[in-house]
Amino acid sequence: MLIKTKYFGEIQIDEKQIIDFPEGIPGFQDDKQYIMIRDEDTDFTFFQSLKTEDLCFITLPPVLIVGDYGFDISKETVEKLELEKAEDVLVYSILNIPEDYKKMTANLKAPIVINIKNNKGTQELLDDDKLDLKHPVFKGEE
Amino acid sequence: MLVLARKKDESILIGDNIEIVITDITEDKVKIGIEAPRHMKIFRKELLEQIQDENIKSAGAKVDLSALRKTKI
Repeated sequence: MLIKTKYFGEIQIDEKQIIDFPEGIPGFQDDKQYIMIRDEDTDFTFFQSLKTEDLCFITLPPVLIVGDYGFDISKETVEKLELEKAEDVLVYSILNIPEDYKKMTANLKAPIVINIKNNKGTQELLDDDKLDLKHPVFKGEE
Repeated sequence: MLVLARKKDESILIGDNIEIVITDITEDKVKIGIEAPRHMKIFRKELLEQIQDENIKSAGAKVDLSALRKTKI
């Protein structure tokens, strides 16, 4: 099928690639289907809503931002995504990208968690003061 | 909204398997213990509001893709 995207114009996608977010993403509960677009030659992954052309989250794997990122996936999420093995999980941090790219931040407190076996996803909320909502992606650079 | 007055160590039951206990009360703070099934989502309301705000800000960005591609992580 053909979909309209915020950053890549119209693209052809395979319906099997669609990721279902049964509860949407907080703030955007009505958008329940996304497509992951890997931008060639970069580490950025774009989560484009199928329903809303203008809704696209830009993400990075959190391990690229902080080496030792880890959290316990909640029982609720394990059940909701029907997760069976840790290897089936993909984790992404949503980026907040201002005009000055060097000031971009990553949301480590609420990672996107995806079960690649069934393409179900959710945004996990981690109530942990040690995890930043706005973690600088670039450190100490001006 | 149902409003109930409770003292320290008193509880409220919600349905068959949720219990809310007032464990401590000070002048401007109450400590609450919650017993609920593990699959139930429980978090402070501010957290969800923070995440919503951050998602809305993140989605609102108009990013110049060509500039972003030059950004080395």
